[in-house]
Amino acid sequence: MTMRYVGLFSGLFVLIVVVGLFMGAPFTVRLMVEAFAFALIAMGLNIQWGFGGLFNFGILGMLMVGGFAMVFIAFPVNEAFWASDGPAMLGMTLFAAAIGAVLIVLAHNVQRIGIIGKWRGAVIVLAWFVAYVIFRSQMDPAASYITSEAGWIGGLGLPVLLGWAFGGVLAAAIGFFVGKISLGLRTDYLAIATIGIAEILRAVIKNVDWLTRGTLTVSPIPWPVPNPQAFQAMGHDPSMSFVLARSGFLVLVVAVVAIALFLIHRAYNGPWGRMMRAIRDNHIAAGSMGKDVTKRQLELFVFGSALMGIGGAILTSFVGIYDPSSYQPINHTFIIWVMLIVGGSGNNFGALIGGLFIYIVWVLSEPMAQALFLNLSDFSQGMGWGEIPDISARAIQMRVFVLGLVITIALRFAPKGLLPEFVRRHD
Amino acid sequence: MNDFIFFFNQVVIGGAVLGSIYALGAVGITLIFGILRFAHFAHGDMMTMGGFVAFLLAGIVAATGIAFPLPTGFVVLPFAMVIAAVLALGIDKGFYAPLRARGARPVTLLIASIGVTMMIQGVIRLFFGSSSYSFFEGGSKKLYRIDLPFEGVTRPISFTEPQLLLVILTAVAVIALHLFLTRSRLGKGMRAMADNADLARVSGINTKLVVRVTWVIAGALACLAGTMLALDVSLKPDLAFNIVLPIFAAAIVGGLGHAYGAIAGGFLLGFAETMAVFNWAVLLRPFRDALPEWFEIPSSLALVQSEYKLTVAFIILVVVLLVRPTGIFKGAST
Repeated sequence: MTMRYVGLFSGLFVLIVVVGLFMGAPFTVRLMVEAFAFALIAMGLNIQWGFGGLFNFGILGMLMVGGFAMVFIAFPVNEAFWASDGPAMLGMTLFAAAIGAVLIVLAHNVQRIGIIGKWRGAVIVLAWFVAYVIFRSQMDPAASYITSEAGWIGGLGLPVLLGWAFGGVLAAAIGFFVGKISLGLRTDYLAIATIGIAEILRAVIKNVDWLTRGTLTVSPIPWPVPNPQAFQAMGHDPSMSFVLARSGFLVLVVAVVAIALFLIHRAYNGPWGRMMRAIRDNHIAAGSMGKDVTKRQLELFVFGSALMGIGGAILTSFVGIYDPSSYQPINHTFIIWVMLIVGGSGNNFGALIGGLFIYIVWVLSEPMAQALFLNLSDFSQGMGWGEIPDISARAIQMRVFVLGLVITIALRFAPKGLLPEFVRRHD
Repeated sequence: MNDFIFFFNQVVIGGAVLGSIYALGAVGITLIFGILRFAHFAHGDMMTMGGFVAFLLAGIVAATGIAFPLPTGFVVLPFAMVIAAVLALGIDKGFYAPLRARGARPVTLLIASIGVTMMIQGVIRLFFGSSSYSFFEGGSKKLYRIDLPFEGVTRPISFTEPQLLLVILTAVAVIALHLFLTRSRLGKGMRAMADNADLARVSGINTKLVVRVTWVIAGALACLAGTMLALDVSLKPDLAFNIVLPIFAAAIVGGLGHAYGAIAGGFLLGFAETMAVFNWAVLLRPFRDALPEWFEIPSSLALVQSEYKLTVAFIILVVVLLVRPTGIFKGAST
């Protein structure tokens, strides 16, 4: 087993070195930063699916929330907003939301004054509707006022690392609510419920221009380490300054991943991890032994979401632009599943290696496909059949196909992944 | 009166068209879930694939120069459905059957269907790029306008030919499916297997055949839905991927595994979406004079902004899952 770990990780290292030789240092360092961020997200999914068997298809939503939290904390302050009536109007909106929440809570408790059955249902629906109307009546003017007067609310201008942390916290909070409402469902239903909630989140984040600038996108987002421009100002040439700046970022990301891996692995091998495996393998038996199944599953969901949020924040701050419409289910949800299944669900190192490996495959399948098509095109031209049109546009689509192929092959021939889950037994 | 016709055009026709698409997709999903017990995510892309098959056939037919009174994409539909059914069988044989033979859990099949989704999408984009295509290259859709014989009515009821065909075809498909499920031996076997697969097997039902027939029906209906959707809007590689979630929502709202529930759920969601984004102030305007002085009709009285149209389906989905996870037709049986 140890040989397998050593073999796979050294194989991965060789792959990275080869990529570095072919594609150049700036590209490879960028690739590694993103790959480690995705590995962190895959580890988050491993907590949910590998440890607890919870089917989360709403990863995209967590990444968006994490990215937004980072932007909100780290982006420079928008003076125009704070000087306008915007904050007061938002305060009113918050107040309206609070009134609505009180109404809803009251409506859910009407059985205490003797309203039960169908009437209670009617009262609850009515309360939700009234709350919605009250909220919209304050929200809509505030939103249009802010977008016309100040553009959007801007950030808080705090350190980026705080933004990463807040990304984790906010995603965990959202994950708490998502888990609270959907964890009672069976696997298929849970998958569809989470994907539905993620789509709602996506639609909201994309359209609330006053909060996130929506499709107008936010940039440039500050870096936690000196960025390439800073290194250029110090007199390095462009290529070198990219390598230096991205290396600094890479060190930071690897440190975050290492800390997360250390903590998760300790938790996984401890009594907490054993309990989670027991719940995953037989939740009825675990429940009869006195474990609070729903609460523990919620715990896993929240922890996993926190890692996803941090990962999303890292990705956003590295790219330097927050574009809500760039989030797609394939690029941000399905790929994470492929990483975890190929790497080996239930094994933290499996999630790590799966994340790194699949991201490299995903990015490299484009130039590989391009090379393949160019050769094919030369061949078909040589045969007199004409060349293949739009090679570069087609090559970029190849990676979706490759990803699908990889996961179907993995499910069929190695369903446990590259590094299968390893459970130590004492006989 | 004009305002009511506006309402009719927007909500009733729009909802019926959207509902038909959702219903046709949801029936396939619910049948597969009933027989094979897994959520088939690749169904949306099977719809897109069917649309592209029909598009290719229509291109071949158009090249021969034969002209039809109906849209070419519609004329080639039966052949496209046969091809799509064969493709669906092939997908099952290649990707799902080996996993089932190994005794994999339904969750594994669900993840495999994600892989199939990506492969179908990759292949389509590889050949067709990411641009959109129209079945009506050079021509235009026939538009029906029905003028109402009332005084002061200037606005006609209007819909396009593909929309009319879509609604008719959906009705035909639903009736045919109903007859198949209740009258034929195979259909009864299918219902039996959906209720209890083991019991169906020991009572002599050929379960392998039932599985194949399920894929044929699902593939053909997916092709029908995809082609009609492409005729109504335009054909693009993410045509049905974007609506696969509302379709799932329709199947769940109707109760996964219940064919009739899926149809009802599809129409329910279709109408809910169009009604949620409809500006209800339009309907108040005729009563402008009857309303009290202080009451001013707001310019927009839509329940949600139109950007959130698809979100309506998800909210209904989440609410149904929480309040009644088995769907609204709990007691219904296929």
